[in-house]
Amino acid sequence: MSSDEYFEVKIPSDTAEGQAVQARIVEALEVREYPVRDVFAVRLALEEALVNAIKHGNGMSLDKDVDIKYWISDERVRIEIQDQGEGFDRTHVPDPTLIENLERPCGRGIMLMGAFMNLIEYNEQGNKVTLEKIKGVAPEQPEEELQGDEEEE
Amino acid sequence: MAAGHRRVDIEEVSDVTVAKFIDKKILDEGNIQIIGTQLFGLVDEDGRKKIILDFSNVEYLSSAALGKLITLDKKVKKAKGKLKLCSIRPDIYEVFAITRLNQLFDITETQEAALEGF
Repeated sequence: MSSDEYFEVKIPSDTAEGQAVQARIVEALEVREYPVRDVFAVRLALEEALVNAIKHGNGMSLDKDVDIKYWISDERVRIEIQDQGEGFDRTHVPDPTLIENLERPCGRGIMLMGAFMNLIEYNEQGNKVTLEKIKGVAPEQPEEELQGDEEEE
Repeated sequence: MAAGHRRVDIEEVSDVTVAKFIDKKILDEGNIQIIGTQLFGLVDEDGRKKIILDFSNVEYLSSAALGKLITLDKKVKKAKGKLKLCSIRPDIYEVFAITRLNQLFDITETQEAALEGF
């Protein structure tokens, strides 16, 4: 068993810096032998969350930072990402899976985070996201998804 | 790498253009921009109408990359062409399924199957 790890870092609004943090977290998961599927899920969710914070939250402004905190144990990884933007109302993000939105080239990041992580939570302002992945535990799929699967059978 | 800024390998199979992603990860914003420019050029500049995107090498893909694929699909449709995606590994296919983009794109298991369908 490895001891728990906590780390926090402040990065400028630069996606290359985000990639470096991503690599560090992924490496920590691999050291703790998280399943390949978990590593895939965390990498994807991190990418989406960091791009959202840097591009949409901070508007790529180099004067603004992104705060990243993460906790990793042998059982779970929890990541908090906070930007300096005004935040947003999640209920105002159009559902990208509706037929009328299917061809819109954006709006899928939050959905993917929700599908691949066990927990996704925003603070009230909408400028901080908390993500959690439990080792080896697949996220619960929303009922709508299950219905969709049945239709395909 | 001699490929320089090229992130997609282009091959012609009779009148079909097969574009194979070189990168394992289509995540980085800069790479996605380059890929977008290269793929859009196939339609906008070269006037190609039958395009297959081969994902054999791709292990990671973000929603920003999906955005480029949707824009490419629109361009191809506007030009009255056809776009197909092939050789997508299960993890990546799940990304398409969750976002329901498996309903928008014509996806085949192999490049051969995609070629046969044109």
